[in-house]
Amino acid sequence: MDLNFTPEEQAFREEVRAFVHQGLPPEIRRKVLNGVPISRDDHIAWHRILGAHGWGAPSWPTNFGGTGWDPVREYIFEEESASSGAPRLLPFGLRMVGPVIMTFGDVAQQQRFLPRIASAEDWWCQGYSEPGSGSDLASLKTSAIREGNEYVVNGQKTWITLAQHADWIFCLVRTDPRVKAQAGISFLLIDMKSPGITVRPIITMDGGHEVNEVWFEDVRVPIENLVGEENSGWTYAKFLLGHERTNIAGVGGSKRELQRLKNIAASERKHGKPLLEDPWFGARVAQVEIELMALEITSLRVVSADAARKAPGPEASLLKIKGTEIQQALSELMMQAVGPYALPLQDEGEAAGPAYAPQLAATYCNFRKTSIYGGSNEIQKNIISQWLLRL
Amino acid sequence: MDFNLTKEQEQLSDTVQKFVARQYPFESRKAILKSKDGWSREIWAGLAELGLLGLQVPEEHGGIGAGAIETLLTMTAFGRGLLVEPFLPSAILSTVLIRELGSSTQQENHLPKMAAGELIAVPAHGEPTARYELAHVSTSASRDGDGYVLTGEKSVVLHAPSADLLLVSARTSGSIDSEAGISLFLVPRDREGVTLRAYPTLDGQRAAEVRLEEVKVSRDALLGPEGEAFSALAAAFDVGIAALCAEATGALQASLDATIEYAKTRKQFGQPIGKFQALQHRMADMLMHVEQARSMSYLAAVRCTETNAKVRGKSLSAAKVLIGQACRFVGQQAVQLHGGMGMTDELMISHHFRRLTAIELTLGDTEHHLEKFMRSEGL
Repeated sequence: MDLNFTPEEQAFREEVRAFVHQGLPPEIRRKVLNGVPISRDDHIAWHRILGAHGWGAPSWPTNFGGTGWDPVREYIFEEESASSGAPRLLPFGLRMVGPVIMTFGDVAQQQRFLPRIASAEDWWCQGYSEPGSGSDLASLKTSAIREGNEYVVNGQKTWITLAQHADWIFCLVRTDPRVKAQAGISFLLIDMKSPGITVRPIITMDGGHEVNEVWFEDVRVPIENLVGEENSGWTYAKFLLGHERTNIAGVGGSKRELQRLKNIAASERKHGKPLLEDPWFGARVAQVEIELMALEITSLRVVSADAARKAPGPEASLLKIKGTEIQQALSELMMQAVGPYALPLQDEGEAAGPAYAPQLAATYCNFRKTSIYGGSNEIQKNIISQWLLRL
Repeated sequence: MDFNLTKEQEQLSDTVQKFVARQYPFESRKAILKSKDGWSREIWAGLAELGLLGLQVPEEHGGIGAGAIETLLTMTAFGRGLLVEPFLPSAILSTVLIRELGSSTQQENHLPKMAAGELIAVPAHGEPTARYELAHVSTSASRDGDGYVLTGEKSVVLHAPSADLLLVSARTSGSIDSEAGISLFLVPRDREGVTLRAYPTLDGQRAAEVRLEEVKVSRDALLGPEGEAFSALAAAFDVGIAALCAEATGALQASLDATIEYAKTRKQFGQPIGKFQALQHRMADMLMHVEQARSMSYLAAVRCTETNAKVRGKSLSAAKVLIGQACRFVGQQAVQLHGGMGMTDELMISHHFRRLTAIELTLGDTEHHLEKFMRSEGL
């Protein structure tokens, strides 16, 4: 047993660090390090810079244009990128639909879609949830009826992250309403420019526009956009959820945010001394740091187990819960650190309070999402009960 | 980055687990607890035979000079079976102290016997007003001709009643909380002036308050250089914390396993209580504590021999905090989910509960280590 990275892994870490420092535009780095939301163009710019370096698809095998890194290298890449202020690569193409197309798609689909994901030419979004189908995803109602060489899609999807920028959406649709819920679902790839698609923004409590409703009215989708077999979509969806949860602990990002919290708490004053030296506040910071230390090792244990069995396991649920609890605790402590200066919302002109203060309350509000999305933490506990505890 | 064990380590782990399962079933353990010494010489001899008492003893002194991972595996297995033998104070803490501080004569005199199970030595360090502060030593050692005279009181000295030898810390100079000026002495337990008030502890082990009244020892009782024992004490106690963390992991996993098993068999309202979501989610929370604790037991094991005291101390304190909290949560919930049965002495779960409670209180509690962690961060 050895918790140190090998010299080769260390050298790889240095390589990633050097590349990010040299390749990442300073404006993007500034935003990430200060918790400012990054734009569509920022995401695409960074992904294309990585793509030009051959790192556009860090989690993919080389035969599909990926880097072919093992899970440990992938982990190091994510951690170094996060601590160096790079945006996290969006998961919708790379971690969600990409692996599904690789595993269940036909050659034509692989050739058509995968290179454009790796090169950031296509922006993908995920069409899973519906107004009546959240945790009970299999109850989804959006229908796809076969007419000749097309499916006609009708229904409504919701909570679609960044659909306003998307070129494509992958959707779970009902192709057979007569059978058991899970058995009548198919996995469709739909062009967002198709007539009959309407995107409506949902404004969240932080004032941000991150999620959307997507409406389908007689949207015609060619049958070659069906992935795998008709009515086998549930299998692909579960496969996708497993991949989505890989590295979901977000240890690298949390390490960066912990440092930001310490910087803020070192600047703030309580009783004339740095807030970080206050025993009450300091103890809460220490508590999160200790849990993050443990989560890092737990993550790496899961990474090596995944590497050995070549598939993600149910332990990912544990990482999702702990990871999001830590992310939420950090965002809460950062807001708490600035005291009353968490209250003024940044509008136009100069913000009130210290320069780091204006975004903190919004981020705290925004981060409440983390324990809800990707399978709520309660659903994750159901998965743990069923698959790890075998209850 | 490698979580795999070597073939030898796997064999060792397997052997110890089998030994515990075969030699230490719950009913035998009950009988051991009721015996006069409160622990078993027969088991002790068995541990010696397996080489486990020599894990921390170098090969030239009859040990196997194994690393921290072997100790981790051994202690995890002990935690599952709840061994009450004086392994931690004698085979870990005192062995490490004699190995690190002892002259070659002292090592030659004691380590082979300790590895063979013929000599039990325990540290007598804590004091009534010290809480968990390692540097707080008021017991005095004054020069007396060629030797020393020791006077003071040592508190909750684990397994002192069975010890042949006490490793007594005493101040040869400096103020009561000073790191400098602490010396260690090898004192036979039956030496004139040493009196014990023995008692059982919460978790069924034995301990004593040890009073030293003008105890005369010769110069060769001094272990290591005079006044410079602190850093060795801190290092040995960190090895002890790592061992305790590993033991906790075994006891935590056993508590979770027993709770799951109980939830599958106990029926209420016409179904196993494990089918109720409120209880399922509680057990999921327990599992998360257990896995996080296991991760920290690994960190503690690989860092406990780190020579940079600051890096070492920070990691060990972090591990003890997280594991102390896991001991509380998992222990409490295991009893809760067993219902009334969890309260009884009859079920092993209440014994695990008591040991988990005791582990949190041993070698620094959660608060002590949280504060130490914050200090190491410069907070």
